[in-house]
Amino acid sequence: MSEPILEIAGLTKTYAGGLTALDRVDLTIRRGEIFALLGPNGAGKTTLIGAICGLVRPSGGTIRAFGEDLSRSWRTARQRIGLVPQELGLDMFDTVERQVAYSRGMFGCAPDKARIEEILKSLSLWDKRNEQLRKLSGGMKRRVLIAKALSHDPELLFLDEPTAGVDVELRRDMWKQIGKLREQGVTIILTTHYIEEAEEMADRVGIIDKGRILLVDDKDAMMARLGRTEAIFSLEAPPAAIPTSLAHYPLTLDGNELHYRGGDGAGRGKQEVAAIAQQLTREGIIFTALEQKESSLEEIFVGLVERGEFAGEGAAA
Amino acid sequence: MINFRATLAIYFHELDRFRRTIFGSLVAPVLTTSLYFIVFGSAIGGRMQAVGGVDYGAFIVPGLLMLTMLSESTSNASFGIYMPRFTGSIYEILTAPVGTAETLLGFVGAAATKSLILAAVIMLTALLFVDYHVAHPLLAVGYIILVAASFSLLGFILGIWADGFEKLQIIPMLILMPLTFLGGTFYSIDMLPEPWRSVALFNPIVYLVNGLRWTFYGKADVDIATSFGLTALFLAICIAIIAWIFKTGWRLRS
Repeated sequence: MSEPILEIAGLTKTYAGGLTALDRVDLTIRRGEIFALLGPNGAGKTTLIGAICGLVRPSGGTIRAFGEDLSRSWRTARQRIGLVPQELGLDMFDTVERQVAYSRGMFGCAPDKARIEEILKSLSLWDKRNEQLRKLSGGMKRRVLIAKALSHDPELLFLDEPTAGVDVELRRDMWKQIGKLREQGVTIILTTHYIEEAEEMADRVGIIDKGRILLVDDKDAMMARLGRTEAIFSLEAPPAAIPTSLAHYPLTLDGNELHYRGGDGAGRGKQEVAAIAQQLTREGIIFTALEQKESSLEEIFVGLVERGEFAGEGAAA
Repeated sequence: MINFRATLAIYFHELDRFRRTIFGSLVAPVLTTSLYFIVFGSAIGGRMQAVGGVDYGAFIVPGLLMLTMLSESTSNASFGIYMPRFTGSIYEILTAPVGTAETLLGFVGAAATKSLILAAVIMLTALLFVDYHVAHPLLAVGYIILVAASFSLLGFILGIWADGFEKLQIIPMLILMPLTFLGGTFYSIDMLPEPWRSVALFNPIVYLVNGLRWTFYGKADVDIATSFGLTALFLAICIAIIAWIFKTGWRLRS
């Protein structure tokens, strides 16, 4: 396991009105990983990012970044942190290139036209460098936010809903860009509503709801632990009961359909479905169709947040 | 370590906004002030008696300069910090390694610079209409800088306090402008009958206008040391308020 780049302990944020947006959050982020923070609206994702980046004043707890207490070493830490906010907060009358240069200056870096050109080209913004931001599309504006966040070459990058409102093609482009950043060693924490995004990119996933971290795990381990295989056999003539040779499988009979829900998200489910198919044939039970699917991260997320499944699985790592 | 690059980034970004809005920022106030010179300096001024030995047209130059500077310093600085709050781009200032001093130097420095450019243009424009000379040019420049910085700080506070564009205009339009008009811009308070003369001494703008007038003509209605001292005190109070704002995150951080 690589060294931690960010360590959060007991982080709490209670607003003046009494709303607790973060409730004793413990979280450790490892250097070089992509960490996806999932949660419904109002779960506390943006507040958590805001507390780390300086937008929100925590009510309690500690944040250590790069091994230093953020409340004391905020200047040196912030030089190494970048943020792509959820909202398109930009000076719409300024040009793309000037805005990125402005961000670079704000983080204490010397002017470097070559580096800015490199960043703009990597985000397909070079041709738009002299355009006012108000003339760009929503997707392009979001790219500008990313360019601004990258202008001082941060080691830790926060992406708060980076692809919200972005078309599918642009979203794929951004995923590639995020992949490149990871290759360069940038640690990335992203919040997203698109679970597909987390599934595609994240090394680890954290699920937050009502200000509390419900679960943190490696994405693959989470899928293996909480993932399920579902299969439906359409039977030509359903038997009166499930044959005893299949009794040890998690099967239910529903009319002329035989339902399977089991496995572990790591291949056991597929093997069991194949074994059931062979056994049905041996038993002379003819099936005319077979539908099979693996549960997605989204189903796991919904199960955790909306149905309260997997209670007790939560562990902040 | 102080992040001077951030100060320069804010400063030049603000000056660039000034360039982009040159008509509203420079041409409009100069035009307005020129109209004052035409009406009060050339048209009416010719029929007025000299005030304290200074020709009336020349007498109103420091007052009009002060009127413009107070209004523009306050407006420029308040708009400068309010716009990032309004658009949401303030996130960058709050997440960057930038402290109170760098932020203030950037925003207030830029707003004060705009006011100084404006003051220079107005003084040159005034020469087209009235004949005047400056008795203490270095003190005049120093005092103009002090006033520009002080009211840019006030504007910065207003820009953080305001939660709508309308509020940005309340202090400059409803307080500063009336007080400046009543603060001896167009007359000497010695011309006022009692009790109005004594009442006028409670108007802080009287001290500002007279401070600048003294640097121009070596004469003023009030003691010049009091004018400098009160302006410096006002500057210190504004800095203290802003330091508190940044410390507590009032209206900036949730």
